[in-house]
Amino acid sequence: MSGGVTWTVYDVDKLTQKEVYGVVLCDLAKMHPEIVGLSADLAQSTKIGALGEKYPDRFFNVGIAEQNMFGMAAGMAKVGLIPFVSTFSAFASMRACEFLRTDICYQNLNCKIIATHGGTSFGPAGTTHHSTEDLSIVRAFANLTVIVPADAIETAKSVRACMEVKGPVYIRIGRGFEPRCYDSEDYEFEIGKAVELRAGTDVTVIACGTPVQHAVQAARILQEEDGLSVRVINMHTIKPIDEAAIIRAVEDTRRIVTFEDHNVIGGLGTAVADVIAASGKGCAFKKVGLPDEYAIVGYPEDIQNHYKIDTEGVVETVREIMGRDFERDEDWEDEV
Amino acid sequence: MAGRTRPGGATDGVKPIILMAITEQEIGELKVRAKKIRKDIVDVTGWAGGAHIGGALSMTDIMTILYFKYLNIDPQRPDWDDRDRFVLSKGHGGVGYAVVLANRGYFAPELLKEFNHSGSSFGMHLDGNMVVGVDASTGSMGHGLPMAVGMALGAKVRKKAFRVYCVLGDGECDEGSIWEAAMSARHYNLNNLIGFVDRNHLMIDGPTEQIMRLEPLADKWTAFGWKVRTINGHDFAELAEAIDFAQSYSDGPVMIIAETIKGKGIDFMENNVAWHYGGLSADLIEKAKQSIERSSP
Repeated sequence: MSGGVTWTVYDVDKLTQKEVYGVVLCDLAKMHPEIVGLSADLAQSTKIGALGEKYPDRFFNVGIAEQNMFGMAAGMAKVGLIPFVSTFSAFASMRACEFLRTDICYQNLNCKIIATHGGTSFGPAGTTHHSTEDLSIVRAFANLTVIVPADAIETAKSVRACMEVKGPVYIRIGRGFEPRCYDSEDYEFEIGKAVELRAGTDVTVIACGTPVQHAVQAARILQEEDGLSVRVINMHTIKPIDEAAIIRAVEDTRRIVTFEDHNVIGGLGTAVADVIAASGKGCAFKKVGLPDEYAIVGYPEDIQNHYKIDTEGVVETVREIMGRDFERDEDWEDEV
Repeated sequence: MAGRTRPGGATDGVKPIILMAITEQEIGELKVRAKKIRKDIVDVTGWAGGAHIGGALSMTDIMTILYFKYLNIDPQRPDWDDRDRFVLSKGHGGVGYAVVLANRGYFAPELLKEFNHSGSSFGMHLDGNMVVGVDASTGSMGHGLPMAVGMALGAKVRKKAFRVYCVLGDGECDEGSIWEAAMSARHYNLNNLIGFVDRNHLMIDGPTEQIMRLEPLADKWTAFGWKVRTINGHDFAELAEAIDFAQSYSDGPVMIIAETIKGKGIDFMENNVAWHYGGLSADLIEKAKQSIERSSP
């Protein structure tokens, strides 16, 4: 008998985060007849195909033509439909970039973009299929709300919540193999409002997407081994960002580290840095992500380890920033 | 004399039914309209300090017959759900589009005195969120047809009877997204989508066939599954015949390749690539209007 495992391209994509998204979308579609779905030959891979199985007249696979897909979605929104457009985030943000920006965001249309395989989650597929620039790109599109759910449960919440936004929403999820961060849906999710997953006073870790659950685990380790009180903030909405949560973290902990599966330029870390800089309040600060390079090839967990956005990396980085000489000063009056 | 044969009438042996697509009186009225619109385009170009006047003049007759004969629209109800949709895929024709909308009663023509001015609602590429009557914001080439396809498909999903009309530039057909959209329009059998190529043969840098060959353009659209008619885009009888045909054609999308002249109606602009974009002095404005008055149609 020959060894190996029998599988197809469909089986390998039995993915929690995306499966949940497909199920939630079908639920929403039942309630909202104006919802339609579009994909560009990735109906199976992105799980939006679930909508097509249930509502074949409301799902359109436009072939491998992402530019046209985003233009079509804009046209459909223009005539009163609510298109959910799904493709890999590399293609949503870059191949179809100008169609997303000019047709959907500029016209402020009620389109929802589900960008799958975010960051380096497509590991061995390599740089063509990694998406380590998308947040930087789409964050600069006016009118667009940008969400990076931490896991499948938060994906479900995001997909439901995006219906409340009368305008375009970009939801960036992974490939689906990502571990759970939440045990249940029993927490408050509001677009634009960060979730404090762990209280802390020594240092704040702000993360989005997969690194969130690593941050939670790292905080436990740092508490046990170092006696550190680490605040963990799940910044699921990159735009509009929760400025108040960031300012509170600066004031309470004076040390902030951000973790994201993205280039350190332009994503979560930059968004947080913008808020800190504008506040005029000083703190020790470090952005962790891809250091302006294309990711190595490898399994996602190995890539994340390489770039220190896994549990080990969070522990190491927090220890490093705790060692940084930083004057504790409760007097904010002398800072402009 | 303009007339048309019902599709299939001549080929299946049944005696063709000849219908008049348009009356002489209508043609006369459209000619008057088009002259007025061309003169208004000249005025707005003057007020704006510059505009894409060449391509606005080449598409004027297409726009005039659509807005004054064919589009099922109501300027008093610009958001009417069942209205026909119009997409100017060659968004740089905004100056012509804005003048047509003003003439059709969507807004006061005086507003166009602010065209291109700082703080104005009217940029050279019209913003649908700013200008009443504009169904899609365009300007970047290759975006309008994909949106028009989405609108036409959306009409099918919503079981609406409205049609979608889309005017493309010929140089715009260099864009890959046009052909992605062309493929999808046929795939979804969008018989509620009627396209026009404003085939004026010139793009900014020169003749289309020199910059990037488009011919055989009709064959390309045919190969992508569209029913194609090639007509004189300045002849209202031919335009009417082609649009009537397109409206009655039920098998899929129809592309009307309208052979036009860039700068049409103004002798010193016609077929002159330099007038893709330009401004006009008071003296030239007068000469341009005199030329339009002498021109035909």
